Amino acid sequence: MSGAPLLSLITFGPLVGALLILLFARGPEKAQNARWVALWASSFVFLVSLLVWAQFETGLPGFQLRETYEWFPEFNIAFQLGVDGLSIYFVLLSTFLTPICILASWTSVTTRVSEYMAAFLALETFMVGMFCALDLIGFYVFFEGVLIPMFLIIGVWGGARRIYASFKFFLYTLLGSVLMLVAIVAMIATVGGSGIEEVTAYSFSESMQIWLWLAFFASFSVKMPMWPVHTWLPDAHVEAPTAGSVILAGVLLKMGGYGFLRFSLPMFPDASEFFTPLVYTLSIVAIIYTSLVALAQTDMKKLIAYSSVAHMGYVTLGIFTGTAQGVEGAVFQMLSHGIVSAALFLCVGVVYDRMHTREISRYGGLVHRMPRYAAVMMVFTMASVGLPGTSGFVGEFLVLAGAFLDNTWVAALAATGLVLGAAYMLMLYRRVIFGRLEHDDLKTITDLNWREAAVFAPLVLLVLWMGIYPSTFLDGIQPAVAETLRHAATATASLSDSAAALVAQMR
Amino acid sequence: MNALYVIAIFLPLIGALSAGLFGRSLGDRGSQLVTCSALILAAVLSVIAFIDVGLGHNPRSVELMRWIESGNFEAGWALRFDTLSVVMMCVVTIVSACVHVYSVGYMSHDHSKPRFMAYLSLFTFAMLMLVTADNLVQMFFGWEGVGVCSYLLIGFWYDRPSANAAAMKAFIVNRVGDFGFALGIFGIFLLFDTVSFDTIFGAAAQFTDARIHFLGLDLDAIETLCFLLFIGAMGKSAQLGLHTWLPDAMEGPTPVSALIHAATMVTAGVFMVCRLSPIFEYAPNVLAFVTIVGAATAFFAATVGLTQFDIKRVIAYSTCSQLGYMFFAAGLSAYPAAMFHLTTHAFFKALLFLGAGAVIHAMSDEQDMRKMGGIRGHIKQTYILMWIGSLALAGVGIPGVIGFAGFYSKDMILEVAYGAHTIPGFIAFTLGIAAALMTAFYSWRLIFMTFHGAPRADEKVMAHVHESPPIMLWPLYVLALGAVISGVALYGPFVGHHFQEFWGDSIVILANVQGETIIDKAHHVPFWVKALPVVVTALGIYLAWRFYIKQTDLPAKTVAAFEGLHAFFFNKWYFDEAYDFLFVRPAKWLGRQLWQRGDIGVIDRFGPDGISSMAKRVADRASKLQSGYVYHYAFAMLIGVVALVAWRIIQEGA
Repeated sequence: MSGAPLLSLITFGPLVGALLILLFARGPEKAQNARWVALWASSFVFLVSLLVWAQFETGLPGFQLRETYEWFPEFNIAFQLGVDGLSIYFVLLSTFLTPICILASWTSVTTRVSEYMAAFLALETFMVGMFCALDLIGFYVFFEGVLIPMFLIIGVWGGARRIYASFKFFLYTLLGSVLMLVAIVAMIATVGGSGIEEVTAYSFSESMQIWLWLAFFASFSVKMPMWPVHTWLPDAHVEAPTAGSVILAGVLLKMGGYGFLRFSLPMFPDASEFFTPLVYTLSIVAIIYTSLVALAQTDMKKLIAYSSVAHMGYVTLGIFTGTAQGVEGAVFQMLSHGIVSAALFLCVGVVYDRMHTREISRYGGLVHRMPRYAAVMMVFTMASVGLPGTSGFVGEFLVLAGAFLDNTWVAALAATGLVLGAAYMLMLYRRVIFGRLEHDDLKTITDLNWREAAVFAPLVLLVLWMGIYPSTFLDGIQPAVAETLRHAATATASLSDSAAALVAQMR
Repeated sequence: MNALYVIAIFLPLIGALSAGLFGRSLGDRGSQLVTCSALILAAVLSVIAFIDVGLGHNPRSVELMRWIESGNFEAGWALRFDTLSVVMMCVVTIVSACVHVYSVGYMSHDHSKPRFMAYLSLFTFAMLMLVTADNLVQMFFGWEGVGVCSYLLIGFWYDRPSANAAAMKAFIVNRVGDFGFALGIFGIFLLFDTVSFDTIFGAAAQFTDARIHFLGLDLDAIETLCFLLFIGAMGKSAQLGLHTWLPDAMEGPTPVSALIHAATMVTAGVFMVCRLSPIFEYAPNVLAFVTIVGAATAFFAATVGLTQFDIKRVIAYSTCSQLGYMFFAAGLSAYPAAMFHLTTHAFFKALLFLGAGAVIHAMSDEQDMRKMGGIRGHIKQTYILMWIGSLALAGVGIPGVIGFAGFYSKDMILEVAYGAHTIPGFIAFTLGIAAALMTAFYSWRLIFMTFHGAPRADEKVMAHVHESPPIMLWPLYVLALGAVISGVALYGPFVGHHFQEFWGDSIVILANVQGETIIDKAHHVPFWVKALPVVVTALGIYLAWRFYIKQTDLPAKTVAAFEGLHAFFFNKWYFDEAYDFLFVRPAKWLGRQLWQRGDIGVIDRFGPDGISSMAKRVADRASKLQSGYVYHYAFAMLIGVVALVAWRIIQEGA
């Protein structure tokens, strides 16, 4: 089995499923068939990705399970796939969340079901491909490709203001992407090849690093999203169907962080060092500003969306601390947030499916009718707050520890998120779950059914697993992070000279 | 033996999971049976651990599992059994077992018994993890774990808006403290390169001159870190400034108040300072700060306790005040005295709370003492038990002969304060004596208002007044036994002449040049220092009798005479109002402003909305040939081209 092209299989498998649905789903059973095909295809891909995990040797740096195909040999561009400790868990996160999304959309999506399912499978292909791609062109294609199905999912199956939201989403993200494409072309021209390892090994001149870094930053900061280019996220989440929000928060927000780790840090180490104060500032503003904004929200999804921006602030902060704790914490925080925020959006979806409103004030006292739901949501609320023993703690704690090693001001300001995060999450929980059951229409609301329980059970277990025994993941992340930091360190030796030169240049 | 101790820690978790997950199939009775028996067994095992580890001087630690490892950062799951932790284990499991059994009776009319028992057991587990932690991060796990259980239990009756508000307040105020705790942990890691207790303690002496760059200041490292850690302790132990959550926490069911908000969780801060004594000893300024904060809290809370009418709030402020005593003892390096008072206090304060619960139960859920009175004949056993609790709290005894638990532990603390011969010590002694007077007064004010005089409740309530069932009374007798004998029994090992033998390495006190520790000094104070607390206590009791039995118009007259001061005390020194004004409302206001003005008013207006409306205008003017949304692409690409050109130009120019 070791010779099988597993990564190609999980990358393109979903696409095959999508084509099957579009080509063959016909007749009166069309919608139901599409659902089943999507579930089978995504479950199969998930199983194969587990095989990838099994074959992945934890503790080794560098890429594994590599596949190389000729693409544009005249430009020395090949299509390469491979995973290392940075990417493998994101691949697993993507393949894990997709079947969950399909299940979560089982009854809530009733129009154009087959197209919806196909879009989701296509989305999976792009996501997995993005994390596996080992050359710049492939990465760019997948990275941008993700936009298309997501744009459609929000724009077609979204809420009332879906057109506005989808365009805001598209406009923001595309703007950054164009600059990234320019940068990628410039890099390929300079290096004479497009392999990520090849490019990473190349040392760009300091001034070039600065511009390339900025071009990538334009793209990644929007995807994260970092303050102040975050305003697309609340709108996109509010209008997106539940599963769209789940994937958006669960995987798409991780693309920016992954990009910083794969490109900015190792390829432009001097520039990364140079821009660290900028990133720190934006991250801290994100944590405090969006936490405060979250406190003022009246819409459940908006509140969670803003909390995502704050949590992503920890990620960018951790990545640029340049410490092992900070960077590993950032990766772990992304994985944890992928599970927790996905679960929180699913929680919103559960009551939205029943009541068709996300207004916090329309709820209250749900615990009386939905004790199981209340318990599940409590777990994720606590994980979001970063309670030790849940996944949310490990990442946040390591990031802050890393930040403290680098700069105590940054750590102290970022740690205020501990207090603010607790405030808005507990407020949400209190107003939705606790209290008397006063609204008449809530008096007949039903608790989680077996399908919903089946969706939440693995998420709960994962949150606890990652919180109690995070070594399963940290062991794999560690060598890859060490490798990334090694790249950064060798280059920053000459930083003080280059910074001086740059300042001179700018004058 | 190790396995037994590990089982003792995990039994409550097993109980919690059984009742929590399978409560429906186990039923009410089954859940109660499982959790209570798990806890009783855990208590028995803890006592065995105390005999083996504490009295037999046999400390050990047990590695369980890896936890967080990153770079050179390493925190594992490990349990540490030394004298300090086994003392806490005993306190926690014994009080918890009593509260579990008591709850079977107290919550007999409640609809969600399994949930209640599960929370109680889960809390106990978290508390045990806290006290047996082998490193700071695991301690933080227990620390936040008890915080969550406290949150869940304060808000147990989730129908009540006030309970929900109190629960949130407790969690968030504690998080403010945890903010300091977390920064302290990071700092410890920065300085020591580890978070494991053994290594930190071993290396502490070498870092006495170390400096740390914190928030742009160049500070003494150990002092700074201890200060940050102590902020965490202030939050958890409700010390002045971060105390506001504790009185509100009385919204929870009374057994919760007894277990969490009197005997165990709120003492975690004291435990933390004692546990970290090997580093706090090198932070004299922070210790002075701890002393002042503790003394101020002891005094402040007692003044508020004088004026409250809610029976549980009186006891809550009393708890706050007693925690202050423990802190100023710890601040004066008398960690054994702090632990001694912690232990005796756990018994008599749990007794008082559960006794108050029995009163509330008898009075058909009435908590206002103005609506009680004249019930001592109806609930004789409770009445006597409350007397015992109050005698222990006030520290009644005959100097040099015998006394109740508080007599030994509180007086020890006051002797320490006097014996320290320092300015903070003197302040603590003065405020401590004042607080002792008030303690006696409010304790008997409570007894007289509740049990004596003419009944003030209506006939229906009075007709229903009844003694609690045996399942509620038996735990009270166990605690009462502790309130009577724990002082005389534990004085020798805890703070006697050979206290160092008992505590071993678990507590470090730096001796002065004569080789004397603060405990030794406390043994040699003049007789009047030993007698004064008893005298002021007697005076307090007399005054209470005068005010509430003899001349019942005195309270009203006094209030009229000191109207302003009374209002100040009655309104808890206006802390809640000030915090609401300073933090809560500004945060909400700022959130709304940033959202409406920042996100929507500025970023969106000049960002995407601005661009897209501009794009629309450009496109409209340019041509009407294009349809659909292609102009969006076009415009975005245009910007890309501009940026590219700009890039090249800048590069060429450079």
